[in-house]
Amino acid sequence: MLPLLIGITLISFAVIHLTPGDPTQLMTSMNPNASSEVSERLIKLYHLDKPIHIQYWEWLKNIAVLDFGESFALDGQSVMEKIKHRIPYTIYLNIMSMILIFIIALPLGILNAYYKDSFFDKTSTVFVFIGFAVPTFWLALLCMYFFGIKLGWLPISGLMSYNFENMTLLGKIGDIAKHSVLPVGVSVFGSLAGISRYARNSMLDVLNNDYVLAAKARGLPEKTVIFKHALKNALLPIITIIGLSIPGLIGGSVIFESIFSIPGMGQLFYQSVMMRDYPVVMGILVIGAVLTLLGNLIADILYAIVDPRIRYGKK
Amino acid sequence: MVKNNFLKRINKYILMYLGLAIVFFFILIAIFAPFIATHNPTDINLANVLAEPSKTHFFGTDELGRDVFSRVIYGTRISIFVGFVAVGISVIIGLFFGLVSGYFGGLVDTLIMRFVDIMLCFPAFFLILAVITFLEPSVTNVMVVIGLTSWMGVTRLVRAETLSIKTRDFVTAAKLQNISNVKILVKHILPNVITPVFVAATLGVAGAILTESALSFLGLGVQPPTPSWGNILTAGKDNITFAWWLSVFPGLAIFITVLGYNLLGEGLRDLLDPKISKK
Repeated sequence: MLPLLIGITLISFAVIHLTPGDPTQLMTSMNPNASSEVSERLIKLYHLDKPIHIQYWEWLKNIAVLDFGESFALDGQSVMEKIKHRIPYTIYLNIMSMILIFIIALPLGILNAYYKDSFFDKTSTVFVFIGFAVPTFWLALLCMYFFGIKLGWLPISGLMSYNFENMTLLGKIGDIAKHSVLPVGVSVFGSLAGISRYARNSMLDVLNNDYVLAAKARGLPEKTVIFKHALKNALLPIITIIGLSIPGLIGGSVIFESIFSIPGMGQLFYQSVMMRDYPVVMGILVIGAVLTLLGNLIADILYAIVDPRIRYGKK
Repeated sequence: MVKNNFLKRINKYILMYLGLAIVFFFILIAIFAPFIATHNPTDINLANVLAEPSKTHFFGTDELGRDVFSRVIYGTRISIFVGFVAVGISVIIGLFFGLVSGYFGGLVDTLIMRFVDIMLCFPAFFLILAVITFLEPSVTNVMVVIGLTSWMGVTRLVRAETLSIKTRDFVTAAKLQNISNVKILVKHILPNVITPVFVAATLGVAGAILTESALSFLGLGVQPPTPSWGNILTAGKDNITFAWWLSVFPGLAIFITVLGYNLLGEGLRDLLDPKISKK
């Protein structure tokens, strides 16, 4: 954990210094309107006038207490304040997507493994190839056009209606659910193919094991063999894969949130990139990586819960 | 039974050949773009804005009256170019790190693998966008940045292969003959790890094309007026209510190309690795 955290800060810190010259020069050379005041702020924020190890140390001290400085936008809010407002949306959408991916992809993969080479399995394979190849932002556009504009079934932007404040609790939940269908649906579709494929292959691996054959030979019902003996072992690689897919989901939120105008971290990131709001970009980069790290940690813990071999120490 | 197997085999190869055909088709389009395009892709015609697909404009025109068909054709060049160069970069880095890490082991191995873990913590798209913010969005920067943020998979793959190959007798024999490490790596281990890398690279091109189009779509990749599939879709998004052709055709081009590389990559994997195709 700790070496990874330090590594994350080191790479993020390197990003600040990626430009030939320092960011202050770039800022002024690209934007003629940028006053010397802006470059002074940058120098002060990142201590660019000091030796590099002190720069890093000062920056590290600040981010250790989650102080990423102040946004360069006119409102001048602190970066953390901005992120705090946005992060619940992103976490909500990603958790919804993860749950749905789990609920849909897992049974799909298991059924595919069980009915290997059947018509159902082959149809799923075609679907998997399509899922892999469709650019999700294009799919989002098409769904927006078809379900939002042509059919008018679903709202295409934001996560709440304008009259959200006046709704009943049930109405509020329904409203958010309705707004979530397109962004979550498209995001789930993007990951579904890969993870159901993994579930299928992982299940096939397990079904070839001797203990599955032994269980069958003892005359245990098929269902018991699949769900009691095989499933737990097949779950292991899938948990890893879901853990690994977290950065993809978080990264994808940039695209979904800007297409569907959802005021989450991804949209904030995109807006900040466009406005070259360096402190916000750096803050989100670090926080996104830390969130990923946390996600992987949760995957590790789940792993330990499912596999006692890991809980009692690898030998 | 025999017949069934035969059919299965044909089936598998058909998909791979379909992938290969798609890949070649788009490479040909990229090479012969000037002959295929019916208009100059950057010619603006404000008298004929957002025209529907017709005989003169197969895919219609965009918000500046430019011919979308010609822009999609020329966009092929950018996409394929970016895909190949980005993957080239990631494969070179991945091969180097993977070989060194797997062959020498020890501290070097630990350091490189830790570096891989750290890089994998960053949502790739965040890292790419952040770097692009500090540099300037351009074709070169997009290629380099995609390459620099996608080498981790190849590294792990090559390391795993190297670990298993370095214990083989022919490597021990080479060591006993006092052949230098560099020579062993290049002459004896590299040829044995290159096959899975080739598969990963084919699939990598698909990923790089997707990333480039997403970046260009957000306005942070290939900059207009240079046509790219992604930045045509940007116009598609802005005019989605009344110009479906701006969204549909470039998206289809991305979809079919990526499908082609994926089919080819998966087919090659089955073909080259009999262990997997048995499943």
